[in-house]
Amino acid sequence: MAEKTGKKQKSARRQRIISSLLVNLGLLLIVLLWTVPTFGLFVSSFRTREKIQTTGWWTVFPHRGWVTVETLDLPEGLDTDGVMEFEGIQGTFEEFREGVQSADGRKRILWIGNKRNGFIQVQEKQWTADWDFTLTNYQQVLAGKEFVYQRPDGTTQVLQGDNLIGSFLNSLAVAIPSTVIPILIAAFAAYGFAWMNFSGRKAFFVMIVALLVVPLQIALVPILRDYTTLNLNGTFLAVWLAHTGFGLPLATYLLYNYISTLPRETLESAFIDGASHFTVFLRLILPLSVPALASFAIFQFLWVWNDYLVALIFIGNKPDVKVLTMQLAEMVGSRGSDWHLLTAGAFVSMVLPLFVFFSLQRYFVRGLLAGSVKG
Amino acid sequence: MQRSTDIKPKSSFIVDFFASTIGRILISLFVPLVTFYILYLGFIFLRDSNAPKIVIVAVAIIWGVGGVALLYLVSNWLVERMPGDWTARLQPYVFVGPAVAILIWYLALPAVRTFIISLYNRDGSEFIWFRNYIDVFTQRDMLITFRNNLMWMIFGTGFSVGFGLLIAVLADRSKYERIAKSLIFLPMAISFVGAGIIWNFIYEPNPNIGLLNAIWVNLFGGEPQAWTALIQPWNNLFLIAIVVWLQTGFAMVLFSAALKGIPNELLEAARVDGANELQVFFRIMLPYIRGTIITVTTTIVIFTLKIFDIVLVMTGGRFGTEVIATQFYRQYFINQNSGFGSAIAIILLIAVIPVMIYNLKQFSERETF
Repeated sequence: MAEKTGKKQKSARRQRIISSLLVNLGLLLIVLLWTVPTFGLFVSSFRTREKIQTTGWWTVFPHRGWVTVETLDLPEGLDTDGVMEFEGIQGTFEEFREGVQSADGRKRILWIGNKRNGFIQVQEKQWTADWDFTLTNYQQVLAGKEFVYQRPDGTTQVLQGDNLIGSFLNSLAVAIPSTVIPILIAAFAAYGFAWMNFSGRKAFFVMIVALLVVPLQIALVPILRDYTTLNLNGTFLAVWLAHTGFGLPLATYLLYNYISTLPRETLESAFIDGASHFTVFLRLILPLSVPALASFAIFQFLWVWNDYLVALIFIGNKPDVKVLTMQLAEMVGSRGSDWHLLTAGAFVSMVLPLFVFFSLQRYFVRGLLAGSVKG
Repeated sequence: MQRSTDIKPKSSFIVDFFASTIGRILISLFVPLVTFYILYLGFIFLRDSNAPKIVIVAVAIIWGVGGVALLYLVSNWLVERMPGDWTARLQPYVFVGPAVAILIWYLALPAVRTFIISLYNRDGSEFIWFRNYIDVFTQRDMLITFRNNLMWMIFGTGFSVGFGLLIAVLADRSKYERIAKSLIFLPMAISFVGAGIIWNFIYEPNPNIGLLNAIWVNLFGGEPQAWTALIQPWNNLFLIAIVVWLQTGFAMVLFSAALKGIPNELLEAARVDGANELQVFFRIMLPYIRGTIITVTTTIVIFTLKIFDIVLVMTGGRFGTEVIATQFYRQYFINQNSGFGSAIAIILLIAVIPVMIYNLKQFSERETF
């Protein structure tokens, strides 16, 4: 009997170990799947321009690859139009440009450059890892200086860098007020709805609930027309107000839910002591609501920082107020092949949100849990 | 606050003047005027100044944030100076008024105005009733657009919710829960434009650079593919994958919290009664978190309905990947067809109305307001 239960316990334990192994393996697989894209970009952003354009970022891991063991100059009087032979391997110019392998697959001959100015690389297959990292990409996207590259055939190429520092500052100038202003306005309104009596209270709040899911596309055209009349297009104020308008329903709704549950007695004793609504709001409600304010702040900040549509419409083509997302999207369009700039640029745009995300994740999650529908 | 005049009987003429009714009215007019003037100066500085960028940005932030605070301060100060019952009557509107005004200007009125614009022709010169709507529902590329949005809704939502649920359940049983959830959640902090660049690297047709083609060519021996351009309409799925990657974290966080809310006794009781893990999942967990599943699903459905950035950055709407929001942008801002573009926006609004009604119903069922 005792032996039997012992066996049972043992098999139960084994089963538990197996199932926990399966759970963790499955989780690991999904986490890898989710992390690899970002990791690839991160690694790529530190690779040289030439490397990014010719090999994948995964070559930084040890792998079997072609390694140049010798570089040969072209012999004098070589007939480049016919069949040539290097290190016992034959081929034409076109074939060597693509690389010709020896019969046993251990050696490869590669022609770099053009027919007259090129040189020959003798390569062998070896274990290798591509650890050639650089910060040039970041310098180039940030400072906006000109960078001179040498092509393999000896000619040079000048590339104009991008000035992401400027758009980074613009993004800050857009995102910080676009976060604080709606929160301030929403906090006042939430207090009003929760603790004051006035006619139209219910009707106004129903309107806010209804507006929670309204897509902002509906507003772009009329607001753009108003801005044209008011001569506001391309100003920070225009974008702040737009983000305020589109963020307000959720902000008010969330803050109302929070503020209306604060203990009534605290407020009543303050009123008995002769405090005005304004003082109570400033001295009592705001400090008590910090968790709710922080949750929404992170939510709204990430949303505004990552926004592309609102900026595209209301900033338009004013180069001196362009935000990061616009600049990046433009780079994708105009520099589609300059991968080294895109990778560094994308990471510059992600630095701040990732920092906010990691340092304030708990508040962010709480904000997500509190309100889920945003228009 | 004006006790100082009482304590010192021999106060100066100026203090007497400001304490008098006329003086108070004058101050009440003067303070707001000064406030507005200062704010106006700030606006002009920001618009016209050639100061270094960092100065302008700092001034902008202080001006914007401080300006709003100042407006509340001044208007409240004004209201509190009024006779007693007026203060009580007007103060709520100082608190609630700005929010309501902005909401009406930015969301409520525009819905009506956009609808009116949608009844006019291309440049707004002729009233054409619902002809734009008829065009929207009969044009070939609009039908492709609607099909794509349907794909986004079904696959985008389905995969996000499915993966979110799977990860939440798995993470709940793992001791690496925190780090795993953090990493899955991380893409939520990345912009669509940034995500577009990240995934361009994966979908790149050159198998030496694009990860997906490298796997496809080296492991499966296939030909390199331009994933986002070929095999319509299935290329949409490769765009949808990006949004699934971004949104699963959201679903996971909400599901995870909901799962933690299931009482442990309930699960244990089921297991003691001999239910296996699948039965526990389908018979207990799923029904228990039904509310959360509905919330998450509607949120992501609305989200996929408005999907815009990712399509614009990845394909620009070419290769049959256009969606409603990009069509709206193209029709209104590029083709300059204001009536047609507005009609598309209105359709977007109509599509979310069921959710709006659901929200309002939930709200009216709330006992206290």
